[in-house]
Amino acid sequence: MFKDSPPPEEERRVRANDREYNEKFQYASNCIMTSKYNVVTFLPVNLFEQFQEVANTYFLFLLILQLIPQISSLSWFTTIVPLVLVLSITAVKDATDDYFRHKSDNQVNNRQSQVVIHGSLQKEKWMNVRVGDIIKLENNQFVAADLLLLSSSEPHSLCYIETAELDGETNMKVRQSLSVTAELGDPNNLASFNGEVVCEPPNNKLDRFCGLLYWRECKYPLNNQNMLLRGCVLRNTEYCYGLVIFAGPDTKLMQNCGRTKFKRTSIDRLMNTLVLWIFCFLVCMGMILAVGNAVWESEVGSLFQSFLDWDLPVDNFLFSAFLSFWSYVIILNTVVPISLYVSVEVIRLGHSYFINWDRKMFCTQCSTAAEARTTTLNEELGQVEYIFSDKTGTLTQNIMSFNKCSINGQAYGEVINPPGTQPQRLDFLSFNPLADPDFCFYDNALLESVKLGDPHSQEFFRLLSLCHTVMSEEKKEGELVYKAQSPDEGALVTAARNFGFVFRSRTPGTVTVTELGRSVTYTLLAILDFNNIRKRMSVIVRNPEGRIRLYCKGADTLLFERLHPSNHHLMNITTDHLNECAGDGLRTLALAYRDLSEEQWEEWSESHRLADRSTDCREDRLAATYEHIEQDMMLLGATAIEDKLQEGVPETIAILSLANIKIWVLTGDKQETAVNIGYSCKMLTDDMTEVFIISGYTVQSVREELRWADITLVTSVELSLFILLYSISGEFALVINGHSLAHALEADMEGEFVSTACACRAVICCRVTPLQKALVVEVIKKHKKAVTLAIGDGANDVSMIKTAHIGVGISGQEGIQAVLASDYSFSQFRFLQRLLLVHGRWSYLRMCRFLCYFFYKNFAFTMVHFWFGFFCGFSAQTVYDQYFITLYNIVYTSLPVLAMGIFDQDVPEQRSLEYPKLYEPGQLNLLFNKREFFICIAQGIYTSIVLFFVPYAVLSQASQGTGEPLADYQTFAVTTATALVIVVSVQIALDTGYWTAINHFFVWGSLGTFFSIMLAMHSESLFSIFPKQFHFVGSSQSTLVQPLVWLTIALATVICIVPVLAFRFLKLDLKPQLSDTVRHTQLVRGRLGMRGGSRRSGYAFAHQEGFGELITSGKNMRLSSLALANFASRHSSSWIDTLRKKKHSTTHPPQSASGEKPMRETRQTPHCGPDMSMMFTVCRYMS
Amino acid sequence: MMASSYNAKEEDGHVAVPVGGTIKNKKPDNTAFKQQRLPAWQPILTAGTVLPAFFVIGLIFIPIGIGLYVTSNNIREFEIDYTGTDIDDPCFNCSQSFSWNNTRPCTCALDFSLDHPFESNVFMYYGLSNFYQNHRRYVKSRDDSQLNGDINSLKNPSKECEPYARNEKAPIAPCGAIANSMFNDTLDLYYVHPNGTRIQIPLSKKDIAWWTDKHVKFRNPGNNPNLTAAFQGTSKPINWRRPVYELDTDEENNGFINEDFIVWMRTAALPTFRKLYRIIQKKNNMTPTLPRGNYTLEVSYNYPVRSFEGRKRVILSTISWMGGKNPFLGIAYITVGSVCFFLGVVLLIIHHKYGSRNNSADIPN
Repeated sequence: MFKDSPPPEEERRVRANDREYNEKFQYASNCIMTSKYNVVTFLPVNLFEQFQEVANTYFLFLLILQLIPQISSLSWFTTIVPLVLVLSITAVKDATDDYFRHKSDNQVNNRQSQVVIHGSLQKEKWMNVRVGDIIKLENNQFVAADLLLLSSSEPHSLCYIETAELDGETNMKVRQSLSVTAELGDPNNLASFNGEVVCEPPNNKLDRFCGLLYWRECKYPLNNQNMLLRGCVLRNTEYCYGLVIFAGPDTKLMQNCGRTKFKRTSIDRLMNTLVLWIFCFLVCMGMILAVGNAVWESEVGSLFQSFLDWDLPVDNFLFSAFLSFWSYVIILNTVVPISLYVSVEVIRLGHSYFINWDRKMFCTQCSTAAEARTTTLNEELGQVEYIFSDKTGTLTQNIMSFNKCSINGQAYGEVINPPGTQPQRLDFLSFNPLADPDFCFYDNALLESVKLGDPHSQEFFRLLSLCHTVMSEEKKEGELVYKAQSPDEGALVTAARNFGFVFRSRTPGTVTVTELGRSVTYTLLAILDFNNIRKRMSVIVRNPEGRIRLYCKGADTLLFERLHPSNHHLMNITTDHLNECAGDGLRTLALAYRDLSEEQWEEWSESHRLADRSTDCREDRLAATYEHIEQDMMLLGATAIEDKLQEGVPETIAILSLANIKIWVLTGDKQETAVNIGYSCKMLTDDMTEVFIISGYTVQSVREELRWADITLVTSVELSLFILLYSISGEFALVINGHSLAHALEADMEGEFVSTACACRAVICCRVTPLQKALVVEVIKKHKKAVTLAIGDGANDVSMIKTAHIGVGISGQEGIQAVLASDYSFSQFRFLQRLLLVHGRWSYLRMCRFLCYFFYKNFAFTMVHFWFGFFCGFSAQTVYDQYFITLYNIVYTSLPVLAMGIFDQDVPEQRSLEYPKLYEPGQLNLLFNKREFFICIAQGIYTSIVLFFVPYAVLSQASQGTGEPLADYQTFAVTTATALVIVVSVQIALDTGYWTAINHFFVWGSLGTFFSIMLAMHSESLFSIFPKQFHFVGSSQSTLVQPLVWLTIALATVICIVPVLAFRFLKLDLKPQLSDTVRHTQLVRGRLGMRGGSRRSGYAFAHQEGFGELITSGKNMRLSSLALANFASRHSSSWIDTLRKKKHSTTHPPQSASGEKPMRETRQTPHCGPDMSMMFTVCRYMS
Repeated sequence: MMASSYNAKEEDGHVAVPVGGTIKNKKPDNTAFKQQRLPAWQPILTAGTVLPAFFVIGLIFIPIGIGLYVTSNNIREFEIDYTGTDIDDPCFNCSQSFSWNNTRPCTCALDFSLDHPFESNVFMYYGLSNFYQNHRRYVKSRDDSQLNGDINSLKNPSKECEPYARNEKAPIAPCGAIANSMFNDTLDLYYVHPNGTRIQIPLSKKDIAWWTDKHVKFRNPGNNPNLTAAFQGTSKPINWRRPVYELDTDEENNGFINEDFIVWMRTAALPTFRKLYRIIQKKNNMTPTLPRGNYTLEVSYNYPVRSFEGRKRVILSTISWMGGKNPFLGIAYITVGSVCFFLGVVLLIIHHKYGSRNNSADIPN
């Protein structure tokens, strides 16, 4: 870290097996060091870092001031004790963190790897691997550094890697070595390999690498396909050899780790502002008192000099005033106690632990507890206004099940079962021993058709079993495990497997399939792989009979364009089926094949080879050749896969929107799917007046659509104002496409977009890129001063998670990239409601109460000195004993308020879920803002006035029972200090709403500690040891036995507390907050022992109609959303059917009676009906 | 700075892979503490608790206040200012001609009469005004270990005592500004018998200081009963006329443990203060300690206050269980009690008229 870094690399030269050559360049070794300190550097470096904090430096400055005797109004230890305490707590925390980093570094650095040295394999620790070494990797091993793949055990020198740790994608990727190095094979040959790689310097681009290999007078281009990156795991490959190019900190993994962006909460920012204000306040107080000092010294002090000379360097009253200013800065500094920051951290840490410990956020299936990965954001969880959610894996489980299909115009999969009975699961095992027992399918007709040998059905499943990139693993005979690129693909191959077309294994050149019990091996001629532009993939295979066929599956829109004209009719029918499936929220794919003649194949394969070899524009040329062969295909049918919603998603969304949280779904999926998921998880409801769809491709069209939405919104607002309808914004939703979003996020339209979108209850952005996700969050952060939360599970959500105020990662299936970037992680979307409404709400509440009280107690404590200043010649004499000043913040008053900050609850957790409206104060920032702050300060100042002037008035004339006056300084100090501790204890007792045993212990314990410490410090035994330090000897003993003193304390306490009590009571009585009401109801209910009926009364608090009925009834389609009929959710299908029936019976009365299967009938007829088809045209137009 | 978010454990994939055997360990414990279900008392401000509290406070405070007020009123207190600011004042001359080194004390006598007899023990205080005993520089200007009899500190007074630590190389004992400015007026009280004779009233100077001060905090240096020897090599404070070991002839009241000195050293909290000077013990139950009648206060005027516009008073006071006369406390208690009671009534009315949840077991709003 502190080493001189060599000048930045411009290019990297690595020669294989030549350590001496490579050492010239001083490349980083493979030893990683994420730790910051070692034993020697810990103290200086850590202290240096800590003193970069403004607060710590400030206290250091105060400490130095205190060492100047003319200024020092307090002993040096009043500052140094808290400062040392704070510094050491932080240091211990840093040290533990670093210890674990050391441990994990060691663990990684000491992993074994096999290095080729002098022709043989030798074991080396990871950290000893150097750039230019050739290392051997075995299956399931982690890649130790960024390697250039030289050769592997697999044919064509392929190897498979899993990159989940790197980019979060769980699918396997293929890497291939250059053919020249592939031949090297065994260690002996490799040892003589002396190629030199010249490549780009280390960078963090995971998907890019460019370089050249010079070997034997030739140069070979290198790209990312040849690289194995650190963090990947080798899979399905027995072994491979690689040349280390980047090691340790230079690897792309480490380059990508970067420093995590430090997030601060709004309370943090507010607190910093307030602390700044307090500093200003402090300076003002100091100035006032300094002026007072100047006046006093010139008017009174100068006359008083016969008794009290000025200190040596002071020769005039102005200089004295100047010193007095600093003296007052020292004694008034306790308004911003150093313990504030530490206490805040401790409280947040406590809240984080509560999140980690929450059993109700523990997922039993995957055995993952919720985790607060950052401990600094908790209270912001109680202020969230916008949630940006990913769809796949977050709202949905990312578990795909093959639900329906359409084969040659015949739809399968829909089963109507008599009400009340469970549909019968098909038994595949009896028919096919290789079937996956977990696979569910209910339509027997499809199985029958396969069994009967329907060629279309068979070809359909043959395609599914051949056209994919799934890897299979067969550990035992018949026990197949598929490893798929995407869950969709896995679902399709599994479906084919169950229907008798079992994909068994593949080699680079063959695919072996067990077709209805008969093993068939196809020669795999080519894979025309999937990419985002093509949106389809094809394979070209030669079957054992020698016939060549191209199988293609892909997005319907793209595939249909490439069909043979003879398919027109079938295409129409299939389109209908597809629409229907999309309406049910299913993901669809169309399947087609094409027979190729030997000549066609030869010709194409030649052009393909040419394209493959080309060095420039290889991708484009390949795409063109693919395009060329994927023509005139014959449609086979379509598949529909269900994307299962996660548990409890609709309920969670309903509750969150009742809590006035706006939910935006940002998904890469297509509009139809997204809208459907929107309906099925109740983000969109049929109660909505309108769902705006913005899908224009040009700036103008987007602008027009936005304007139109805006106008509709505005008019409806006016309208509803007239007819006194409330909750205007709840009635609209916005669906926007990625390409439109790109325009909408341009600078000139941004504001318009935000205002429109924020007026809508739900917003769905579909087809958005990861970057756009982050942009949307950024825009909302910019325009609305609202707290945003982003939740997602995939690598594509990382940018969004990092951008939002709070990032939540779903620890689910798509790797852990999102989790690593997140601030909180758990495994189910539904835990979000608990995180926000329970933990977030409590955290916010606790933090606010804590801050209010904290500022209050310190002002009450400190301002007494200010008032005393007017009576002690502005000499910066403290009111209290210096030990009291030292201990007040760290011992006497810290624990009760900490206990409140950690344990307080206003309403029980069930209630905050029951009444989501309770969440609103956080969003509106009601509990701690500048106003509340001033109230606390005012209360503190009021308390300080009482605490000074009541003892002043009482004691100035009073005397003890034995005649000695009570107005001596020490008695006054003891009385004021005792009164102060009692008043702030009563105040914390009032503030604490949830008295656990711990609170009792801390409150009573603090009082007890105060008295015992005070008595101990004023005791004779301590005095006899240190007569100079404990000059208060006997003060408390003789003061606290005076009834007058206790009467004074009681009087001061009552005067301080009664107004607060009256004010709080009035507020509760006249303007109760929802939480007060709930709390009160809770209390009354608890007393009366009635628990029932809570739900009924509950929604009365919500002030507006809830979604409850909707959730339970499950109906969610109404005429208003007919425009979206093709997106109709599955739940409503029966309802829509009746509607269609009705419509139909008016137009074509006889037809409705003709169907033998009413279901099938009604499902097909509407598409022929003119009104419906018109509706679809409308939809198309709109989209 | 290197990546701090990187963690080898995560690279290993341990995070992502749940192992079957650890399921039990991973599930958080079902304890009341961890699940935030600790049994708790949840107080709530209701009319049923707040209003009675107000009335109770009122009902407790008003009687206490009345008691305090009555007690305070029964205390006799008499105060006389002898600063001598006015030309007519008997002490005017003394106050004008002043020098610390005056060998011949200036005396003056003030006549006054008491209208009511003082029945029990009478405490005689001297009071100073505008005297900043609570000034920071003043308060710290002492050496407690010297006063505690530490030989070392006796010879080397603490820095805090500066500039009253040394007098021409000789250490000052007792050092510091507090000791230096010790009150040194002598006050004598005479009862003027109606027949014209003056009877001196005996003044006790015992037990005027705190017990802990006299017996713990202040000690003469060494165990030498001969104080002159004990204080050998020290200098008297500049303003003093006599060294510290000549403050009194009584050995138990001399040196640092002189009670007048101790009283002075217990600094006052406020610029106007009184300090106990003498106690007039009650002789017997038959006669009042100070009968009504005429008195003469004879002042040996040594202490200058005119330079800083200070005032000097003598206060005679009897004492009750709650100390001296203190009308403020009684009035404050009565006022606060009444305000609480009144607030209770007002809140009760507000609660009945506007209170939004009188019987809010049902739904509010």
